Amino acid sequence: MTDIPFDPAGATDAAAPPRRDIGIKRRYRAERRFRLYGLVAIGIGIFFLAALLFTVIRGGYTAFWQTSINLAVTFDASVIDPDGKRDSDPNVLATANYPLLARNALATRLGIDVEAEESRADLRLLSGMISQGVRTQLRDMVMADPAIIGATRNVWVLSNADVDSAHKGQIDLSVPESRRKVKDKQVGWMKTLTADGAMVERFNSGLFTLGASSRPEMAGMGVALIGSLYMMLIVLVLALPIGVAASIYLEEFAPKNRWTDLIEVNINNLAAVPSIVFGLLGLAVFVNFAGLPRSASLVGGLVLTLMTLPTIIIATRAALKAVPPSIRSGALGIGASRMQTVFHHVLPLAAPGVLTGTIIGLAQALGETAPLLLIGMVAFVADYPATPLDPATALPVQIYMWANEAERAFVERTSGAIIILLLFLAAMNLAAILLRRRFERRW
Amino acid sequence: MSVSWVLAIILVIGVAAFMVARMRAARLEPQAGVKQHSLPGYHGSYALILAIFPAIIFFGVWKAVSPIYVDSAVWRSLPEQVRSASDVNRSLTMGTIYTIGDGMRHLAPAELDQVRSGQADLKALFASKGVALASSGEAYMIPAAETYRSLSDSSSLSSAIGAILLSLAGAWLGLSGITLRRRARNNVERVMLWGLIAASTVAILTTVGIVLSMLFQTLTFFQSVPLSNFFFGTVWDPRFAAAGSGGATGQFGLIPLLAGTLYIALVAMLFAVPVGLFAAIYMSEYASRKVRSVVKPVLEVLAGIPTIVYGIFALVTVGPLLRDISAALAGGQPFIMAQSVLTAGLVMGIMLIPFVSSLSDDIISAVPRALHDGSLGLGATRSETVRNVILPAALPGIVGALLLTASRAIGETMIVVLAAGVAARLTFNPGEAMTTITVKIVNQLTGDLEFTSPQTLVAFALGITLFVITLGMNVLALYIVRKYREQYE
Repeated sequence: MTDIPFDPAGATDAAAPPRRDIGIKRRYRAERRFRLYGLVAIGIGIFFLAALLFTVIRGGYTAFWQTSINLAVTFDASVIDPDGKRDSDPNVLATANYPLLARNALATRLGIDVEAEESRADLRLLSGMISQGVRTQLRDMVMADPAIIGATRNVWVLSNADVDSAHKGQIDLSVPESRRKVKDKQVGWMKTLTADGAMVERFNSGLFTLGASSRPEMAGMGVALIGSLYMMLIVLVLALPIGVAASIYLEEFAPKNRWTDLIEVNINNLAAVPSIVFGLLGLAVFVNFAGLPRSASLVGGLVLTLMTLPTIIIATRAALKAVPPSIRSGALGIGASRMQTVFHHVLPLAAPGVLTGTIIGLAQALGETAPLLLIGMVAFVADYPATPLDPATALPVQIYMWANEAERAFVERTSGAIIILLLFLAAMNLAAILLRRRFERRW
Repeated sequence: MSVSWVLAIILVIGVAAFMVARMRAARLEPQAGVKQHSLPGYHGSYALILAIFPAIIFFGVWKAVSPIYVDSAVWRSLPEQVRSASDVNRSLTMGTIYTIGDGMRHLAPAELDQVRSGQADLKALFASKGVALASSGEAYMIPAAETYRSLSDSSSLSSAIGAILLSLAGAWLGLSGITLRRRARNNVERVMLWGLIAASTVAILTTVGIVLSMLFQTLTFFQSVPLSNFFFGTVWDPRFAAAGSGGATGQFGLIPLLAGTLYIALVAMLFAVPVGLFAAIYMSEYASRKVRSVVKPVLEVLAGIPTIVYGIFALVTVGPLLRDISAALAGGQPFIMAQSVLTAGLVMGIMLIPFVSSLSDDIISAVPRALHDGSLGLGATRSETVRNVILPAALPGIVGALLLTASRAIGETMIVVLAAGVAARLTFNPGEAMTTITVKIVNQLTGDLEFTSPQTLVAFALGITLFVITLGMNVLALYIVRKYREQYE
């Protein structure tokens, strides 16, 4: 008996028509692979977004708290005014050795004898634990109320930035003492103070109000916030009317000819010109040619206005285009002029779209750094700018400057500033989305 | 009279004219058979325009022209031997004269007499009044300063009087002819139309401003550095700008910067294009409506994050991470530096993902549905449809989108400033630091500037190179995209 091998082709022959091998399995495998690539791509994008936000938040949330020490400061007249001349010479109160008061208070708190010869080194270490900002803090208290001299008050003073970092656990204490900025003795005192509840982390309001400083615990982004606010106002006041007017002309009045074509191509190109080129324009035209001051938020605002204009124009034109022609015909039909048609009927209907585009343009402008570097907004500005012509910095520039600082405490502040910037941007974009949801009309 | 006062007075006149004109127009006696042409508000606006615009234009032109006239008048009043000095000295001399002239306003009469007789120590005297004088000043400068002072005083007085008179005349003109048939609306609308046209030319002016401002500085730069040294030089070493050194002291070779720029952009594109393209394909072909409505905005968040944040991310997180990984792989020496082409390219690639994906998404969805459905109907799988039907049909558009993305990568600044390094060198190793055009523009222009030294001016030459490259890519991309869109419309 011959062993007839099972022949699948022959067996099916009788039952069904022959099936060509069209590689369906292979093709389905390829299909699955292709789909997987897509998923991986999306996964990569989301992963990096999550990684970015995670590192920023992890690195920056601690910046919103600052280690402070509660001290019972005695406003000792023999320290503030050793010669007793404060009634005749107002400079005495302004130039007194206030940090000494805080140091003495800290020493008393920790039971160290201020007068003793052998505690000199300890006292120096104690001085290093308190922020230099205590000088202005205590001086302002005394200047406001000279009667305080001789009394004892409970005062929260900021700790030095290194102590702050150590308290937050950002300094590796296993490193040999000689190679770190916080000494073992200071760590011991920190533990004592923390156990007493005299050293706690309090909300860092200075981050929002103070200006530039080389001492991290005294550095804030108040000047940057004001500078950015000025610039946003300038952009809003200039770019919105000009952008809307330009879009109205191009969309509603302009004849189709070479000139308007040129304008149109121009606007599209300007939207894609690298931002740094606008910085060069600002430097050459506004600073060098027109003689406006460097580092001023006015110049920054003008540069950002030129950058934002294309965004606003493109958004406004889209919004105007979305208003159906029947509105225009209706208005014209009952006798409105073309100007009246546009300003009384079309523009109000397009307003939500215009506002959305403006907010998004402003958000872009708020995060822009490169052109501001060129017009000199990388400046050490400690005082609030009173007018847009005064030197100022901007939020993203402040981030850039802090990123270039070496001290550990600035790393935290850099990320903290990024969090604030991102919160502003998120709020603006959210407002734009809500505006669109609330007022968007489908015709 | 100060500028803001004059403007405020003109504004007050204008507003008053508006109110009065509107009131008068509203009280016009109706006549049988004659309809009022314009609403009262238009009469008011017309009066406002007549009262304000001519006056402000006159004032602005005067303010722009009179300094030139005063300058030349003062210059002509100077002695001959002073005038024969060089250009640089001229601006210095005139600056001193202006400072003296302005400073003399702060002086008491007795001190003025002292100054006029030439006995006073100008520098010390002015310093006591809070006016900083660079040099001690020469005797001939004092009469010139007086000429300057009287000329500029009379100029500002006459400009103020002229502007206010013009404003009053305009207001009178607007108020005088208010009748039922006056075509105030048409006139107002004509002015508005001109306003709209002016606004739309701002875009053109910006481009012209960009080109001209960079062109002038670049031409000055090429007076001290030959063209070939810039475009074909392979060494970038500009040194420091030394005041008064004149001439070129460093080497300004574009090639290493251009190479770094293109290399980093290439790395970024190699990362962003596959990821962005596949994300877009998945979103348009496979994702359910629900998934899309979540994932799309999430990816677009990446586009909304400012580039400085990406830069910090590269500097603080990605760079050290790549260095440590490469050190662990090589067992000791890292072969990727913390600041390197790879770091900058990778992070820039992350930033570009949403650009690629949203641009390609638009283009893919512009391919007619019929092509897509027809392919599926013939039995092709979705991936085959995408690969063999949709991508070929969308190819020109995608190329355009990629060009736009590449131009953004080339012009990107903050990421490379923080992550690419500042050393200008030519290398093929992506683990090493290279620098870009944008980094060098920032480097050359932060700090003290001197608009005469090649070290500052080279930034403008770099800027115009960057502008021309990106402009070319954008124009080409927009052309391709537009052409492609027409294909299916």
